[in-house]
Parts: sequence; structure tokens; C-alpha cells
Amino acid sequence: MLRIPCPHCGARDEVEFIYRGDATVTRPGPDGDVGAFHDYLYLRRNPRGWQVEWWQHNGGCRTFLKVLRHTVTHEVRAVATATETLEVPGA
Amino acid sequence: MSQRFRLPSGGHVDRSKRLSFTFDGRAYDGHHGDTLAAALLANGVRLVGRSFKYHRPRGIFSAGAEEPNALVELRDGARREPNTRATVAELFDGLAATSQNHRGSLAFDWMAVNGLLAPWLGAGFYYKTFMWPASFWERVYEPMIRKAAGLGRASGLPDPDHYEAAHAHCDVLVVGAGAAGLAAARAAGATGARVILAEQDFLLGGDLLNEPGLEVWRQESIAALEAMPEVTLLPRTTVFGFYDQGVLGAVERVADHLPQPPAHTARQRYWTIRAKEVVLATGAHERIIAFPGNDRPGVMLAGAARTYARRYGVRAGETAALFATQDAAYDAAFALAEAGTRIAAIIDPRGDSAAMQRAREAGFTVKPGCVVTGTVGGNALRGVEIGAVGSGGRGDAVPADVLMVSGGWNPAVHLASMSGSALSWDEALLAFVPGAASQHERSAGACRGVNGIGAAAADGAAAGQAAAVAAGFAAAPAITLPEAPAPDHRPYELWEVKGRGKAFVDIQDDVTANDIRLAHREGYSHIEHAKRYTTHAMGTDQGKVGGLVGAAVLAEAREEPVAKVGLPRFRPYTSPVAWGAIAGGEVGQHFQPVRRTALHGVHEALGAVWMDAGIWKRPAYYPKAGDADAWASVKREARAVRERVGVCDVSTLGKIVVEGPDAATFLDRVYANTFSTLQVGRARYGLMLREDGIVFDDGTTTRLGHDRFFVTTTTAQAGPVMQHLEFHLASAWPDLDVSLASVTDQWAAMSIAGPKAREVVAAVVTGLDVSNEAFPFMAVADCLATGVPARLFRISFSGELAYEIAMPAGYAAQVWRAVLAAGAPHGIEPYGVEALGLLRIEKGHVAGSELNGQTTAQDLGLGRMLKKKGDFIGRVLAQRPGMTDPSRPRLVGLRSVDPARQIRAGCHLIVDGRSQGWISSATQSVVDPGWIGLGLLRDGETHIGSVIVAANPLMGEEVPVKVVSPHGYDAENLRVRA
Repeated sequence: MLRIPCPHCGARDEVEFIYRGDATVTRPGPDGDVGAFHDYLYLRRNPRGWQVEWWQHNGGCRTFLKVLRHTVTHEVRAVATATETLEVPGA
Repeated sequence: MSQRFRLPSGGHVDRSKRLSFTFDGRAYDGHHGDTLAAALLANGVRLVGRSFKYHRPRGIFSAGAEEPNALVELRDGARREPNTRATVAELFDGLAATSQNHRGSLAFDWMAVNGLLAPWLGAGFYYKTFMWPASFWERVYEPMIRKAAGLGRASGLPDPDHYEAAHAHCDVLVVGAGAAGLAAARAAGATGARVILAEQDFLLGGDLLNEPGLEVWRQESIAALEAMPEVTLLPRTTVFGFYDQGVLGAVERVADHLPQPPAHTARQRYWTIRAKEVVLATGAHERIIAFPGNDRPGVMLAGAARTYARRYGVRAGETAALFATQDAAYDAAFALAEAGTRIAAIIDPRGDSAAMQRAREAGFTVKPGCVVTGTVGGNALRGVEIGAVGSGGRGDAVPADVLMVSGGWNPAVHLASMSGSALSWDEALLAFVPGAASQHERSAGACRGVNGIGAAAADGAAAGQAAAVAAGFAAAPAITLPEAPAPDHRPYELWEVKGRGKAFVDIQDDVTANDIRLAHREGYSHIEHAKRYTTHAMGTDQGKVGGLVGAAVLAEAREEPVAKVGLPRFRPYTSPVAWGAIAGGEVGQHFQPVRRTALHGVHEALGAVWMDAGIWKRPAYYPKAGDADAWASVKREARAVRERVGVCDVSTLGKIVVEGPDAATFLDRVYANTFSTLQVGRARYGLMLREDGIVFDDGTTTRLGHDRFFVTTTTAQAGPVMQHLEFHLASAWPDLDVSLASVTDQWAAMSIAGPKAREVVAAVVTGLDVSNEAFPFMAVADCLATGVPARLFRISFSGELAYEIAMPAGYAAQVWRAVLAAGAPHGIEPYGVEALGLLRIEKGHVAGSELNGQTTAQDLGLGRMLKKKGDFIGRVLAQRPGMTDPSRPRLVGLRSVDPARQIRAGCHLIVDGRSQGWISSATQSVVDPGWIGLGLLRDGETHIGSVIVAANPLMGEEVPVKVVSPHGYDAENLRVRA
């Protein structure tokens, strides 16, 4: 039961959000080949520890947020908007 | 029957309030303050159920939530609830309870024959036995096992009660209201913190309820807590789970102590509690010792017998024996002696102890260095066999109708473990205690091995204060604590007395020590494997009384310490929770919302038959007098469109406004085809791919202005498409200046289709020349409809001349009525989703059945839409060889060779005896009567003109079908452009 502090709406329960996975992968540009798109679409690091993830505040402002979450303890340490950068501790 | 085992005074029952109840149809009396188990014992009822596998007679084993045996069905009819623990069921007047799991009477159960078959019914029996022949599984074995398995029966009727969900936030949550919990709540409450104290029992106090000398402190504590405005007391509330980030789940039994919930009152309340700090004061569960016959009615935990005597004023029997491994259990003998029960013997494997000396001084017969080697009796205990430690074999028998057992105490570490705390082994208590906290929690009192009321209260007060301070409150003056000696809980290490006969480690699941050893021999030596192989600790009690004993037997077999074997992982729920409480209010019509279009009332007035499209209600068709059946209605509506004119509510399509300087660029990237070249005032069909190259959605998109587009999606994908657009705008192209707004609910829309559509539209719309020259196919313009602002689209899904008219949702009904009025001279008919589907299949348009998440643009004959220049989602991965393989199933049209023979969606398409595709959509044609469909067929084009077989093995159908072009109707689109 995560609580995610949405920068627009305030702290909200996870039921208002939709998870959209690793936020550190970026879509290849127009020159990307099949290999680059394959990696973008299918390959994930699946870390044991901190991960920056996309969460959409679906039941609120609908913004896609970057959330720094620990995959073992589920602690949410930081939240940022899409254009901001979140540092992964110890990365 | 009178309550002949009830004491004249003492305890927490109100003897002035007599409650009537029945058990297996016989009437008994009890008192207010009783549990069902206490009232049954007061009436001398010992045999209360039959065991899970061997159907052995079983009695009341505990006095609390850990009960493995006394599971009964409570109430009748729709309120009948199986597997209810009699030891926690609060007695009320009129309660009806029934014993479970027997054929024939409870006293003579035919299924007890399983006990004689026991040598073949050990752990893994099902896995080994019901293997052969394979065909027997479904027809013979499974029904037989299902009939024999389980305990109680569900009512099979809708639950007449309602349940509610509640959320709470607090600074300190205290779980358990024994001495430690009361002290913790008082200490935390004194700081001004918001405190919730949850207790599963209906009385607060825990073991204090067994100590008349400490009643003053108990009542003082409750009064003090009630006087604190920031403290909430939740009795009858079981905290069943500890989740991440300080979230705990609890269920409050609001009305289970009443015959039925009062009006407008929930039966149970499901709490989600977010606590800054948690104090776990969940106490400890006394544990069983595995010895032959340790399940016979009359054998019970020592602490339970003590509770029945002290709290309920009930003697558990006439003559009692105590089998204990530590001093703390001896108080049970004194409590029963005070109650008038004769103490036949105290059996203790130890040589001597302070408690043994006190017992001898009290005149009890103490047998040091001895163990119970077996029990005597049938449906009730008649005697106890006693032998020297390690002697083996059967010992001398001592008459007794109650055997009180205490193998030590297991701290109730369930919640601490669920919070993430690793358990550690306490060598003195021979039990697991919580390790370092991983969340904001701390354990206090017996649940961390601090035993004795005085010590537990002091530990609780310290924990409560520390929790409040951690939550940001200043420490308050100390509270008064009860003074009580701490009995010695350190046991002699005795898990099992080996001998002939069944020695149970899990009484509820009929798991014996031998079953555990068998699991080890057969390779299931990990505690988690042994648990699943034997079903050890998997019942409603979750191994509270025997879980550790099973682990110890396994440890001995593995020749390793118990600490290394460990316990299976604790998971929610710590105690059974009714499904109703979990479902809460989200049942029946509240299970999910219903979405209605702005024209819902209009359709209802027309007598529409409804169809669910996701959560939308859409008219399937509008039956008329004279229609022979549903097909007659559907074909009548479709024929109206083909021959004259029809009107259809298309408001459920998703509608998204895309706006901003980069709107055209954005659409070029999310659609496989181009939108930047679209003129203002024109619509274009668009195809959207997923990044993996599979078709995602389709629809028409209109350019309303240079920087403003109006996107429509299919009904089903409206939400996912919106999310897809939002995600890519945020993640892939945050540099694009584009805004998105869903306007699905703001705009209602209807399609007016048929050769006479223009005449109807012209009569309804003003401010717009709708002639073919001024307003050609794919034109879009603002207009007035019945005087209200509207938007007209010249688009078609049916293959006829057609318009879509959209207006603010509030005006939809008046426009619909105007359309029907204007169309009346032309024979207009409203048409529903079925006719819509018929028309598009005839025309060869794809819909959800073809856009099924497996098809590419090429598969659907839309490959040429993919633009050659510029990036778009799905462009690169759609070029993978497997996606462009020419032999992939391709869209074809199908026609049943015999017009009367039905074909169905889902049929295999058989070519040369092999399945080469499937029928995706099927209907009856109105243009060329007979069954037609769309399908996906390998090498589809090469089969056009040939006859293949549509096979439906489930229904035994094989129908010859001719493969045709999917676009057989008006292939040149002359009608659409007319």
C-alpha cells in the first residue's frame, strides 16, 4: 500500500495510480534500429533496490510522474515530474 | 439441560442474563459474556466436531483465536457461516450452531472409517494414489475428493448482510489489549498522540480477565482510555495483516454478536489503518505437545482450561490432569482446583521446580520425570496414560476427563514477521521472537517473550511511550502499572512423546508427527515444502498451537536445530476473514459503475435490448411487434440503413482533443499514417500501432484548426489510447507542445446512415450546405442542429452515405427526436450495435474482433497505410520478419455455402485437414441473404474463390464456407461518396 506524494495533488494512495515501469529507459530516436527498439520495449534491469519508475496519477491530475521507489521495502523516497531527473542512490 | 459445569460465581459472565441457543438442534442455556465454546462446556458438551481427514471426534481445544478443532456452522439459511471458531463466537440469544464434517450423527460418523484406512491416507496420499488411469480424474477421483474434502458447508445463498470499508490514520496503533496493550495505549495516549487500540476479543484485558486481583487496574485503564479524546478503542477487531509503509488491515465484527445486524448497520467493517508507529501487543499462544491421542475431546490447552474457569466460570471437567513442561502452566491446576475440579495428576518431564513444590504442598499428585504416553476413551477422554520420560510404550492409566497440555508458549509474531522483521530464536523460551524492526513497529509483552502481567505491562508502557515519541510527541508522566509476579515460562524441551498411535502436530489438518517425518523422507525437507506436502499449519488456525511442534519434529528428522528449520512464512490473514468483509460494498450493482450515454432514456423508451460494452450500456437492437426473433429485429434495422435511412447512437466512441503548436507532429508520430497534411475541416481514418508493431486502435481524426485535432477511438480502447498518448507525450517527446483532453462524456454523437441520410440531415441541420459538392465524403463542419451548436462529419462505418452529428451531450435527446421526425417520411429506423456490426461485416470494416492484439496492419489489409517517411510508434518493430511474413493469417471474407447453415465467430478455418485460421466475426447478410463473416486465414488471398471448412469441434459443426474478398459490398465506395 504505497502512498505517493503527487507534486500537483498531494499525498495519495497507490490505488489512484497506474504503474508504467522503469522510467530510465528512453525511446530510441528516428534512427533507432530493431535492436534498439527491442531493448527499449522488452529489456528491463529489474533491480533489487532503488528504481526510478513511471507512475501515472490516473485518478487525479493524470500526470506521469517519476517515482524513486525501493523494490524491496517499497519506500518511496522522491517524486518528480517527467522532465526532471531523479538520482538513484548509490548508482 | 442445566449448566451443570457452571460455577456459582466469578468471571466475566452475567448470570442474570440467560441466553438460549441450540447446538445440533438441542436447546441449551448460556450467559451474556460467554463464547459458544464456554457455553457448550458449561453444559457438558465435549464432542463438537469431526476432524478434517480421519473424521476423528474432536472437542474444544483452546479458548481463543488459535482454536484448531471447535469449528462449527453458525446460524441458518443465507446467514449460515461455516468453519466458525466456537471459542471466539460470542453467544447471543437464539444462536443456532451445527457441528461439521460427519455423515450420520456427530457421535457416530460413517466417515470415521478413514481412521482405519489411515496407514494409506498419510501425507501425499492424493498425489500418489489418484494417478491412474488418467481418465478417472475428472469423472471419479475429483468429485469423490471434493465430496470428502472440506469441513463446513457454505450457505449457497446471497449474503443478506452488508459490509463496509473504512480508513483510519493514527500516530500509534496498538494491536492487542492485554496488559501490554492497555499500558501501551495509555502511555501513548497520555502524550496526546492519536491512538487506536484494536482488540480481537469483545472484552479488553487479555489475560487480565483471568486475574480477579487485577480487575481494578484493568477497569481503571479502560476508563482512562475512554476519557482520552484522541484514543479510539476498537474491540471485536482483528488486525490480520501488516503491509508496507505502515499499513495494517483489520476487520471489525460490528454485529456478529447479534442475531442479525440492526437496520442500516454493517455486519463487519474492513479497516485500512495507516499508522505512523505500531505497537504489537498480540500476546502468545500456548502450544501443543505431540503424543498419541493428543486430539481426543477433553484434551485442551492448560491456559484454556484456566480461562474457562476464571473468565467464564466454567469447569472444563470433573477430573483433570495437567501435562506441562514449565511452571507458568501450573496456575491452570490451581484455577481448576479452585473451581472444584479434582486434580488427578500433574505430569511433568522435569525433575523438580518451584511450581511442582507448590503443587505438592497443595496436595496435588505430581509425577516428575514423566510424560503422557497416550489417552484413553472414545468420543470423550476417560483417562491418561503416564510413563517415564523416554521409556516408550504405554504407561499406567489415570482416570481424567480433562487433560490440560502446555508445551510452552509461542509469542504471536505473525504481524511482526509480516512487517518484514526477521525472527530470532529464543533458546530459553524455545520459541521464535521478533528480531530487529524493519518498519516503524515494536513488539511489547508476551509477543516478544516478556511474560507475566506486571512485566508485560511495564514493557507495553515503555513501548507505547517510545512509539508516541517517535511519532513526534513529548513524553508524558508514567502511568501506574499493575503488580503481579512473573511465572517462569521457560520450558523443558519436549516436542513429542513417541509411541503407538497418532500424535498430531496440526490437529485441524490431521497432520501427525509421522507425516512430517514422511515428508522429510520423501524429500520435502524444507519447512515450506513440508508444509505444502502435509498441509501442516494450513488451516484456519494457521498452526498457532502446533506449527512450531511440526517444525521441531522436522528439525529432529533433519538432525538440525529448530532455529535453522524455522517456520513457514507468515502471510495475511492471521485469522479467518469473511469474503463479504473483503468485498465490502462493491457487490451487486455496486461491483462496477454503469456508464450510460446521453441518449439512454431515449433508447429505453424505444424498448431497446441492452448490450454491455465494457461498462457502457448500448442498445443491441430495438425489438418491434411482428419481429419473429432477435435476428428479425437486427435484419430489419440493417435493411433500413441499406435501403432507406437509420440512426444509431455512437456516443461511446472515445473522443480526445489534441491541441497545441506541435499537435500535427505528435499525431504523425502516434499514428501509422500522416495527419500533418490533413486540411482543416477534413477527417481521415487513422491506424495506431503499439510499439511492437501490432495494431492498437483505429478511428477517424478531424482537423478542426491548424493546431487543433479531434481524435476518435474505439469504445473499448478509449481509456488505453488516452493513456498511450499521455505516456508518450511525457516519456518520449516531452519537448512537444501539445495538450490532450478527453471529451468523450461532453459530446454525444449519432450516425445517420442510408441512401436518404442527406435528406434527413438537411432537415435537421441549419447553417450548412450539405450537398455532395459542398460537403463531400470526409468533410467536417460546425453547424446548428435544432438550433443548438453541433458538428457534422461525413463519415461512414456502414458502407452507406452517412453522417455523424455530434452535439453537447445535454442536447442529444432533442436532436435525436428531430432526426426521427425528419426521417419518418423516409422510413427511418433506429439501429443498435448488432445491426451496426452486421453492416460493417458486410462492408468488410475491421473492429475489435479483428484488432485483437495479435494482428498487424498487413494482416488486416491495411499495410499500405503505413507511411514510408518519418518516425511513428511501431514503425521499426513492425518490420521484423515475423511481423511481415506473407504467410501470416490475412483478413478474408467468408460466406456459408449453404445460406441456411450458420457459421460462428471462433470457428477454425480448415484447409486440407489443418487449421489455418479462424473466423473473427460472423453475421447474416441482408444484401445477399445467408451467413457471412470475416476471418483471418493463412495465405488468405490465394484461397479466395475456394471452399474450405469452418469447424467448431465444441459443437460438432463443420460448415463449408467460400473464401471471398472482405470488401464485397460496393467495393468502389460509390454509395459512401454519393
